[in-house]
Amino acid sequence: MSYQEPDPRGHFGQFGGRYVAETLMPALLELEENYKQCQADPSFQAEFDSYLKNYVGRPSPLYFAERLTEHLGGAKIYLKREDLNHTGAHKVNNTVGQILLARRMGKRKVIAETGAGQHGVATATVAALFGMECDIFMGTEDIRRQSLNVFRMKLLGARVHEVTSGTATLKDAMNDALRYWVTHVRDTFYVIGTVAGPHPYPQMVRDFQSVIGHESKEQLMAAEGLLPDVAVACIGGGSNAMGLFYPFVNDASVRLIGVEAAGLGVETGKHAASISAGRVGVLHGNKTYLLQDDDGQIQHAHSISAGLDYPGVGPEHALLNDLGRAEYVSVTDDEALAAFRMLTEMEGIIPALESAHAIAYLLKLAPELSPEKVILVCLSGRGDKDIHTVAEAMGMDL
Amino acid sequence: MSRIAFTLNALKARGEKALVTFITAGDPDLTTSEQLVHSLVESGADLIELGFPFSDPMADGPTIQLSSERALAAGTTLRGVLDLVSRVRQHSNVPIVLMGYYNPVLTYGPAQFARDAAAVGVDGLLLVDLPPEEAEELHPLLTDAGVDLITLLAPTTGAERMAQLAAASEGFLYYVSMTGVTGSQQVDASAITSAVGEIKQISPVPVAVGFGVSTPEDAKSVAAIADAVVVGSALVKLIAEFSGTPRLQSEVQGFVRQLKAAI
Repeated sequence: MSYQEPDPRGHFGQFGGRYVAETLMPALLELEENYKQCQADPSFQAEFDSYLKNYVGRPSPLYFAERLTEHLGGAKIYLKREDLNHTGAHKVNNTVGQILLARRMGKRKVIAETGAGQHGVATATVAALFGMECDIFMGTEDIRRQSLNVFRMKLLGARVHEVTSGTATLKDAMNDALRYWVTHVRDTFYVIGTVAGPHPYPQMVRDFQSVIGHESKEQLMAAEGLLPDVAVACIGGGSNAMGLFYPFVNDASVRLIGVEAAGLGVETGKHAASISAGRVGVLHGNKTYLLQDDDGQIQHAHSISAGLDYPGVGPEHALLNDLGRAEYVSVTDDEALAAFRMLTEMEGIIPALESAHAIAYLLKLAPELSPEKVILVCLSGRGDKDIHTVAEAMGMDL
Repeated sequence: MSRIAFTLNALKARGEKALVTFITAGDPDLTTSEQLVHSLVESGADLIELGFPFSDPMADGPTIQLSSERALAAGTTLRGVLDLVSRVRQHSNVPIVLMGYYNPVLTYGPAQFARDAAAVGVDGLLLVDLPPEEAEELHPLLTDAGVDLITLLAPTTGAERMAQLAAASEGFLYYVSMTGVTGSQQVDASAITSAVGEIKQISPVPVAVGFGVSTPEDAKSVAAIADAVVVGSALVKLIAEFSGTPRLQSEVQGFVRQLKAAI
């Protein structure tokens, strides 16, 4: 039986759906209708592909990390180099797709939430490209730790709205983006950055990000003549992971592993491991696994990586977990930092702290597998934005 | 007949409009909220909306966001709000609608919630982020328990959808007066006259208008077109201002009397 999710109303099993205020429902129905038309329109796909090739720089390389493979002494490790995309992360795949859709819908203004700032930069970038107004919502705490990306967004012409409510991180940025959208829904397109939110966003973002998995499959087939044994990616909301996993979901031999942020350790309560330690709930328009207390109040997430610092996860990951099709594990801040340094020193690649979580899990996984096995890892972004955070963690003053 | 229908029908028969007042339960604490409910009823509120707090109130402006934060900081839970309703019911037959977001109800357990809400005397439930399309796991349970699920309509809701939602409405229909979050702009009665008129044509239940009604003048102009007027943020703001002072109850009573007199 082949996997076909979501259902026509955006449900991935019991997850997903469209839990929003009535004011937004008509906009979401309109968006869904327009997205369906674009899916069926070869000219849309051609335009999308053309921008991915000529603007983003796709296909991104699939790189055999030989020294890392030797060092870990197990399976062959291939890195899908999303860090080499224009703007430095996988996020731009999705923003290109959504801005083309926004244009077709006649919208002139876009908004976005951002955590690490990568999605904010990717949205501000395509807004500049198409001459659209752009408003970005970002928590105070994230503005502090990602000041470089804040300046990039401003250079690109976006207004950056500081979000002070709640925990002042990604969750609260999404709340404020939704509040702004409710108020400006008639002329504004909301570019959601991950595979979460109300239908059709989880499906649409997955589809735009699936280029990661499709390319990897083709490239690995060319390099090794086979499918990977394991595909690994980090998970905050889960867009790079969903993009990597989706083209392999029907390939039963491929293990899919999502790496959540364990922060200071899942047992400490200071983490962002929504699947590993959360319960089913409704937030930001979808039903999924959430970090919440016994009264249904959303709890604070913690991760050294701003992009993973979110108390929920995309609904399709929640389903893949329950189906047993994908496995979800977690690594701590310290493990991610160690992996950050290892990849930097061993391969000359400075990964984003988000991506370093996926790398960190290789330390456990690769040595357990024999050398003829192949692990495909999504290196979702580059780490320039994290230099200050890493220096701080190492006790250094830049 | 439910308390909501009985009250609204009785007002309509007398040619009067209904005043619906919203406060966040637990802001500043549940004991004060209980006194506030009595003040509201004594001063002329016809229906009480009690907000139960949520950590991420995505459809609310700053006033109700902060109010929810205060209520949570005071340790307010959904169970605590149900207990508050139970205490109010010992003295009052005022219709009570709980208002909030779905996650606390889902976590409480839809079946358990429907039973407990009915048992303490809750008449209706209004969930901002639960459109009818997602209500299947809760709505039948509420129906069995005799609790109305209140439907919201917005200025963005198209004619076809409006007809569908209105036909299935229970208790009263809540028309959101503007595209925005609670308390963000002043209501413009002239801008919503035709929409409210159309809804009244197709609605089997009375039509309430809320969001942005903050003064007796606003209330008066909205009452001229709707069956019921909802005042929330303005009241929550007043409570925040006088919270902890001896004037709290008298200030609230005075404001509600002005609102009631205006409609």
